[in-house]
Amino acid sequence: MEDSEQKVVTNLPRSEVAAAQPAQSDASEAGTEIFGAKKVSCYYGSFRAVTDVSLQIYEHEITAFIGPSGCGKTTVLRTLNRMNDLVSGAHVEGDVEYRGASLYGKDVSAIAVRRRIGMVFQKPNPFPKSIYDNVAYGPRINGERNKGKLNEIVERSLRQAALWDEVKDRLNNSGLGLSGGQAQRLCIARTLAVEPDVVLMDEPCSALDPIATSAIEDLMRDIKQRYTIVIVTHNMQQATRVSDRTAFFSVLRNEESDTRTGVLVEYGRTQQIFEDPHDDRTRAYVTGRMG
Amino acid sequence: MSTQTKADPASPAGSARPLSERRPLGDRTFQIITLAAGLLVLVILVLIAVATTQQSTSWFSSEGLKIFTNNWNPASNDFGALAFIYGSAITAAIALIIAVPVSIGVALLLTEVVPYRWSRPIVYVIDLLAVVPSVVWGLWGILVFAPWLQHIYTSIASGVGHTPVLGPLFGQPVSGASFFTAGIILAFMITPIVTSLSREVIATVPAIDREGAYALGATRLEMIRGAVWPHSQAGVVGAVLLGLGRALGETIAVALVIGSSPAITSHLFAPGYNIPAVIANQFGESSGTFRAALIGMGVLLFAFTIIINIIARAIVNRSTRRMRGA
Amino acid sequence: MSVIAEQQRPDLREPKGWRRASNRIATSLMVLAFVLVIIPLGFVLVTVIAKGASAINWSFLTSQIPSEVAPPGVGGIGPAIAGTIVIVALASALAVPLGILGAIYLNEYGGTGWLAKLIGFFSDVMTGVPSIIMGLFIFSIWVLHFGFSGLAGAFALACLMLPIVIRSTYEMLRLVPDSLREGSYALGATKARVTVTVVLPAAIGGIVSGALLAIARAAGETAPLLFTILTVTTVNWNVFSGPNTSLPSLIFANANTPYAGAQSRGWGAALTLIAIAFILMIVSRMITARFARFQR
Repeated sequence: MEDSEQKVVTNLPRSEVAAAQPAQSDASEAGTEIFGAKKVSCYYGSFRAVTDVSLQIYEHEITAFIGPSGCGKTTVLRTLNRMNDLVSGAHVEGDVEYRGASLYGKDVSAIAVRRRIGMVFQKPNPFPKSIYDNVAYGPRINGERNKGKLNEIVERSLRQAALWDEVKDRLNNSGLGLSGGQAQRLCIARTLAVEPDVVLMDEPCSALDPIATSAIEDLMRDIKQRYTIVIVTHNMQQATRVSDRTAFFSVLRNEESDTRTGVLVEYGRTQQIFEDPHDDRTRAYVTGRMG
Repeated sequence: MSTQTKADPASPAGSARPLSERRPLGDRTFQIITLAAGLLVLVILVLIAVATTQQSTSWFSSEGLKIFTNNWNPASNDFGALAFIYGSAITAAIALIIAVPVSIGVALLLTEVVPYRWSRPIVYVIDLLAVVPSVVWGLWGILVFAPWLQHIYTSIASGVGHTPVLGPLFGQPVSGASFFTAGIILAFMITPIVTSLSREVIATVPAIDREGAYALGATRLEMIRGAVWPHSQAGVVGAVLLGLGRALGETIAVALVIGSSPAITSHLFAPGYNIPAVIANQFGESSGTFRAALIGMGVLLFAFTIIINIIARAIVNRSTRRMRGA
Repeated sequence: MSVIAEQQRPDLREPKGWRRASNRIATSLMVLAFVLVIIPLGFVLVTVIAKGASAINWSFLTSQIPSEVAPPGVGGIGPAIAGTIVIVALASALAVPLGILGAIYLNEYGGTGWLAKLIGFFSDVMTGVPSIIMGLFIFSIWVLHFGFSGLAGAFALACLMLPIVIRSTYEMLRLVPDSLREGSYALGATKARVTVTVVLPAAIGGIVSGALLAIARAAGETAPLLFTILTVTTVNWNVFSGPNTSLPSLIFANANTPYAGAQSRGWGAALTLIAIAFILMIVSRMITARFARFQR
């Protein structure tokens, strides 16, 4: 992470951003609101990577963030579980409410946040431990010591992640020895083991082959009933296959001043975004003419 | 190998060469010179072994296996070196017990806690610590530190002198210049290398592994235990072994503060001796078998530190390479 | 927005109890470790400066070395400084070019061959050989035949410096991008010419700063000199013959005495030696910083 304070950074003026954002789309048939992002802007140092994003995520739905590279969709995803705290110099303006409580409030602990809002990463990152210990790690740090309960949790999580049958005889083998698709399902099992409320996924299939991808997509549809899922994806077909709602982000650029930032362009039910987009930029992206 | 490209025939530069020419003499000579310079390393190592062993054969042959007895009396031609081997082991052990937790602590502080921008002053301090010459540690050690420690040793000794476990370790006799003082100063001296190597090893753990743990709601300590430590364990062991090698070989500081008294005793506050210290202190007046004995102990030290360094470097190399390749 | 009753809002405060406590304890221990590092460093530096500063003045730095029993303020350390300068200079003249050449072999010629790997590995192993062994080595192989001299001391120090220079130079050469080399090859240059005219100049800043650190290390070493220069108290500008002296040797000799004068001169010499080492280190860092700026 370079020291961006060295450069003189000018950010895109907010008026331009506001002008470029159409009104938000409908909250039809929505269940409980899980996340409410209110004019969220994310900074790395003095560089504003994302400007004034406002949207709501609803319970037991799969919401997809799509958009071209550099539009900030991963950044926005990471504000939902305060993972951006780990980047030195990063900070957030605006607020994100989670079930009514502010995620960036004064007494809020990032650790408690992440316990409830889990994350699966682009590249599978199992710990250098056994498969069993990988899944048991989360419950253990939350105080679970009972061997019987741990066994139960490990089996349940691996079943939910559709991995149990493949590894039940070798739970003591190292998690590093699994194939890409299996390793990613292990990471999902690990995330589910702490019984979070929400599962965030940052391009979870981009490092996997099509068969493994399809297994993960099936998994997502299965666990949707118990969890809320937000997924960042480069693959528009994937978004149409799995998601209920889609948010399209893009880069807003000012050519003369050479400033840019990520903005939320349009957000609505997936069918509407792909079949009848309201914004020209959305239409250009989903029909393949850009990005 | 060098490449020959065809010069433009329309405007040949002064050094346009025919395509068929073999590699020019100057280029081959240069390569040979650099190879010789590189080989010098291996040659020197072999020569060290040969030359020093040669000088010490009279000791090995006259004492045989008795070199491992505790019978050191130059006046009567007894040269059993056990006391010095013991002293080397004890001072190195004390140094490691003190330096390893501290070094790992600082390494973790630098990699997990402190933001990069503020890590530079800390690294500076470590480098400053490394630059203090051994003889200055020794001077300060014997003239300032040891007298001060003696008061502390005396208090401790009077406190625990009669207790079962601590008594034999910390009871009488007590001297500022002692095993323990040498061990402490060695700890100061090996901390920089163990810290910087541990840091190198720990820094190769990919960020995504740390994030995986944090994303599960782990505290920093839990993240270190789950994601960082399993990856770095082996490499840190290598770093510690390198510290051990340094501790065994440090001469001057130890020679000044160890007390110069060959003795095998459990009392850590008592004066003692170790291999490099006795060589440094007694070489001037030695001759014949006495000198051969001193050089011979040097041979033992050389052999042992070479083995430790080979193992340690192999471990550290494998650890850092594995991570970067992953 | 969403109206959710206070009681229903999730509790997002810090986990209580042992998790938070153990995390805090761990962080405190890490900070404590750093404090434990600063304390002896500060202690030593403060003492050396306090006790040494009073002894140092120009005449101290240039006067002859008096007898041990001479009181404080008499005499100086001139010969020791002279000895350090000539011996370390000679050692550097030996070790630095050879080290650079060795590193050139490793990076430009040896590549991934078994010999280069062997040499590289044992060069690192050699940095762990105790300096006293270098002294015993040169004693066995040189002093016994040719007597004590500054040259012998320089040989011993050069053995010490060689692997350090090889490693640091190697790291610098590795950083030079291949595109620079290829540009030169494409003009028809031989590998030797490419290395000398393109690669070395590109890496020179880092090489010099690495060499300075090796010199600082050598200047502070005592053990290799014990068996090679036979510490005397008079200046000997002829580094090739006859015993010599050096700052670390002087400090070592004076530390072993009970005389206030000798000790005071020892502190002054220690301060001088630390100053030399620190200056070399700081210059090395400055060169690295300036050089890195050019790289961008």
